[in-house]
Amino acid sequence: MSKVWKYGDDINTDMLFPGKYTYSCSTAEQILPHLLEDLDSSFAAGVRPGDFLLAGKNFGCGSSREQPALGLKAVGIEAVVAKSYARIFYRAAVNQGLLLIECPKAVEAYREGDEVRLDATAGTVSVGGQSFAFPSLPEAILAIRDAGGLLPYARAKLRNRA
Amino acid sequence: MGKTFAEKILARKSGRDALRPGEIVTVRPDRLLSHDNTAAIVAKIAADLVEFGPARKDMHVVVLDHVVPAASEKDAENHKAIRRYVQRYGVEHFFDVGTGICHQVMVEKGLALPGDLILGSDSHTCMYGALGAFATGIDRTEAAALILTGETWLKVPESIRIDLSGSLSPGVTAKDLILSIIGRLGADGANYQCVEFHGAAGLSIDERLTVANMGIEMGAKAAAFEVDARTVEYLESIGVRRDGYEPVWADADAEYSRRLDFDLSTLGPVVAKPHTVDNVVSVEEVEGTPVDQCVLGTCTNGRASDFELAASILRGRQIASGTRLLLLPASREVLRRAIASGAIDALLAAGGTLLPTGCGPCLGAHQGVLAAGERCLSTSNRNFRGRMGCAKAEIFLASPATVAASAIHGRISDPRKNLPSPFGRGAGGEGRGKRG
Repeated sequence: MSKVWKYGDDINTDMLFPGKYTYSCSTAEQILPHLLEDLDSSFAAGVRPGDFLLAGKNFGCGSSREQPALGLKAVGIEAVVAKSYARIFYRAAVNQGLLLIECPKAVEAYREGDEVRLDATAGTVSVGGQSFAFPSLPEAILAIRDAGGLLPYARAKLRNRA
Repeated sequence: MGKTFAEKILARKSGRDALRPGEIVTVRPDRLLSHDNTAAIVAKIAADLVEFGPARKDMHVVVLDHVVPAASEKDAENHKAIRRYVQRYGVEHFFDVGTGICHQVMVEKGLALPGDLILGSDSHTCMYGALGAFATGIDRTEAAALILTGETWLKVPESIRIDLSGSLSPGVTAKDLILSIIGRLGADGANYQCVEFHGAAGLSIDERLTVANMGIEMGAKAAAFEVDARTVEYLESIGVRRDGYEPVWADADAEYSRRLDFDLSTLGPVVAKPHTVDNVVSVEEVEGTPVDQCVLGTCTNGRASDFELAASILRGRQIASGTRLLLLPASREVLRRAIASGAIDALLAAGGTLLPTGCGPCLGAHQGVLAAGERCLSTSNRNFRGRMGCAKAEIFLASPATVAASAIHGRISDPRKNLPSPFGRGAGGEGRGKRG
């Protein structure tokens, strides 16, 4: 069973990835040891592909640094489920191809030990057996996700122009 | 129905007639800003740059400011890689170490103009709304894609209208205004929205810059002020003629998600306590809290008027023993002005330490990093846990007046009790304060 990492409201980018490392750590290998360092020191060593991250409102507020989104994608977080997201983090996640689900009810329903499952095709997330629908994404964002992130999307666009 | 500032400017930049909130449009920004993160951005597209080249040479503005001068060999290599990129691809707007903090440089060099759309790989890009630009932060990957394609998507935001009235009392500043607004709205109170400030004719450009700079701290996509006589006059002072830009502003009957009123005359000095910017209380509530370090400056409050205000309080006084006062000017131009006005001399005489212009300790990389258990009172914009390099330290945010007054006593102090008297002496007692 995949593990669920649950945190509170207003989790900011300094908690997700301390600012003092932003100019020395850019690649996934450099980012991972420091991911969530000042929030949960057990995260970096304990996280496994397929795990979920649950959070309250305004997840990812603060800096424009992309290491949190890049890092969470690289460790294989299946999806972040939160009550709401700060906008720069939301864009960064889209650009990395990290799935963000905005679903306050699912976050509120979660109890310690509950299993979280995702059905991306149906657009539902289930928490402890209860299923919650989340809204589908706008086309502009789906196109980026389907291309595998913003850079592959941009490259395809440039090739079509040429 | 009328249009908001955001609806109008995004319509102009996307070549559309009319837009409504929620629509997604493709836009071509006038400027793209990046700083010490430039090498990491261009490393993502090294091969693509060889194949396609940058979309435009006049769009990208690169300012070295975050860890300057280099604090380590790694930083030095980073700066070197950025200079190489700038030279190789003919980036037209490059500002090396010592010019200033990127946001102040954008403003001073006339690269953020009314009616412009500016995207920056830094969250405080929203500051240029003070001059009537629509400016917002993006991540590194998006900056990389923009270098290649020159365009991106934006969702047309809803807008919040804030009406200002009255004027600020002595010892109360624009920093107290924006902290009070954030305290009321909350850290996500303006998430995804553009915040329009109306009735701001009484605020100077420096004060508007302080307010707009902190828009992101309530989640705002952009913050904006109307272009008025003060804006025109400021732009003329930096050599930008009135025919060099096309201002945009909201219609009187535009539709807002929320409206708020702030009477400036009712505001007092406030402080944001650790570890969130919306944890705002009156200065009285934290008065007497001991502080180890005071930071005066940054992109939020590092302009000449900020140093002059602090100097008016600290002139002829000494900072408390056991307290450090760091001075961090927002640019070389600011520093020259604050030297010419005598403000820097007064602050140094009082016991201040002048840092090179740049981001300094604000992001915790160097020059004033805190130790465990230490407390810092800062004019910067963020007090997140760990922000100044140590997760076991505390950061309080306040105005330059509050920081200056607090430096005298080594404790958080009410600036209104420390204002200069008409006879040119500090009114709140003389001599060197003692902590403990």
